[in-house]
Amino acid sequence: MAETQTAATAGAIGSSKGSGDIIEIHGMHKWYGDFHVLKDINLSVKAKERIVICGPSGSGKSTLIRCINRLEEHQKGDILVNGIELTNDLKNIDLIRREVGMVFQHFNLFPHLTVLENCTLGPIWVRQTPKKEAEAIAMEYLERVKIPEQALKFPGQLSGGQQQRVAIARSLCMSPKIMLFDEPTSALDPEMIKEVLDTMIELADTGMTMLCVTHEMGFAKTVADRVIFMDGGEIIEQNEPHSFFDNPQHERTQLFLSQILAH
Amino acid sequence: MANTQNPDMTPGLVNAYEPGEHPDWPAPSSVKGPVHWIKTNLFGSVTNTLLTLLTIYLLYKIIPAMVDWMFIDAAYTGTSRKDCEAQASGACWAFIGTRLQLFIYGFYPEAERWRVNLTAILLFVALAPVLYDNVPHRGKALIFTVLYPLIAGVLLVGGIFGLEYVATDQFGGLMLNVIIGVTGIAFSLPIGICLALGRQSHLPVLRIVCVAFIEFIRGVPLITLLFVAAVMLSYFVPPGTNFDLLVRMLIMVTLFASGYMAEVIRGGLQAIPKGQYEAADSMGLKYWQSMRLIILPQALKIAIPGIVNTFIALYKDTTLVIVIGRLDILGIGRSSLADSKWQGLSTEVYVFVAIFFFISCFLMSRYSLYLEKKLHTGH
Repeated sequence: MAETQTAATAGAIGSSKGSGDIIEIHGMHKWYGDFHVLKDINLSVKAKERIVICGPSGSGKSTLIRCINRLEEHQKGDILVNGIELTNDLKNIDLIRREVGMVFQHFNLFPHLTVLENCTLGPIWVRQTPKKEAEAIAMEYLERVKIPEQALKFPGQLSGGQQQRVAIARSLCMSPKIMLFDEPTSALDPEMIKEVLDTMIELADTGMTMLCVTHEMGFAKTVADRVIFMDGGEIIEQNEPHSFFDNPQHERTQLFLSQILAH
Repeated sequence: MANTQNPDMTPGLVNAYEPGEHPDWPAPSSVKGPVHWIKTNLFGSVTNTLLTLLTIYLLYKIIPAMVDWMFIDAAYTGTSRKDCEAQASGACWAFIGTRLQLFIYGFYPEAERWRVNLTAILLFVALAPVLYDNVPHRGKALIFTVLYPLIAGVLLVGGIFGLEYVATDQFGGLMLNVIIGVTGIAFSLPIGICLALGRQSHLPVLRIVCVAFIEFIRGVPLITLLFVAAVMLSYFVPPGTNFDLLVRMLIMVTLFASGYMAEVIRGGLQAIPKGQYEAADSMGLKYWQSMRLIILPQALKIAIPGIVNTFIALYKDTTLVIVIGRLDILGIGRSSLADSKWQGLSTEVYVFVAIFFFISCFLMSRYSLYLEKKLHTGH
């Protein structure tokens, strides 16, 4: 216990332990009650690496990325993010969360705030950025996701695709080192999926470290450095996209790919 | 027959417009306008027509008689019931008029009543920045609002700054209702919020304390609590402690409303999707930040009808102070009925009290509708 504490404090002041990867997960397990959701997860992510996680529903892929910013608690194993160990220490959790942006399936924009206020809230309250500066940054990112003209509207007045792009801009306003995407296009109408994927591809081109849980295999082929396949709470197979799609090793991966690529 | 604006769309007729070129036509007059509204809403069916006619008949029977009694056939001057009866057969408002001061100020010394008036005017000044967010210098105005309870206390009770001391048992009438109502409303909301959050807390002790408090308050009638405040509290506090009876009532009424408020707000909190908490957490907001900036603004907005409901109930419950011997507007009214000169005028008293409460509560209800409209952001 004392050892982890020291490591955590050391991490907090910047000197990282381990290999220097931006995310390191060692022997991580998670249970929901008696249900073993994540089993012995080992995963290292290098800075600027773009990872796509896929797998059948209930395979634990969302839970895995939600463990990285502690929306879910893991019960066994270690998670290091940006050199900081994820423990029950609220200070560490806060430090990690300000470096990790997250985009949700259902956008989760704050409906009582305007688009601009959604984007400036984090910088103002978490990073103590002056309001004027935060608004300038927010407008910059809203331009990057191509909806600066919607800044003064409320989320409820935008389409799904626009809302998701605002959600991406909102996360980017915190200038995170890592972006997590939890099925960002699953709740969208087909004609809106492309505008969100285009935004994500542009983001990938800027060198952002990205972990995406998604079923968009086209996206995986275009931008991913590595594709991870999960089933039954385990990482079954991981490979660079070319080999992953053309030459899947594991039987379950083959079955999954044949199912989603069949039509 | 075939007008140029709305070409007849009989089957077989070739569509006059290219696909995508069709203009927007105005709706036909049969689906809008006052005649249409009356036809569909008042005389839409046989039952509807019967109900409309019955309602009109009842209104015809009630309203003229009421207006007659209240205004046309009423007596406004006089010094006794006999004077009234000599003038008119309707309401005897002279009774209320001669005792209006008593109805408003209770037994507050006449020479000092300007202090009550000043406190009332300052109440509006203090309320303005809370109720409307486009008040000039709102920040400074809110500081005044926070200080207002203290200022009001000093003004009303006095005893310092050369103000003559007025014991709280001289407070009465409408002013007593307003003091208790406003205090209860102002303090029950923040206490209720804390109780609701405490009830949802992960800390077991805090949660149990909050649940026990809320369930106790909801399980006991307010009258009982007021009796406890008036009679029994002196057994619990150290001997010699003189705890003003009005303050004890204020505390009890506030705690009582807080218990109800907590449950109303908990309902609002439960309506907030989990994703809102997660989005706030994933940004790195701390617990109180995410509550204040994200969760409570949305939860309170949802809970507005329930909150105002509780406020109105509390305001009307202020008349219960009569059970511990304080005379509010209703108490003054009832005791006035004992005056032999005015005996038998109970209708006038109750109508007057009812009108006063109705106006206050109706304003609260209207304000809450305004607030709901203002906070509506299209979700």
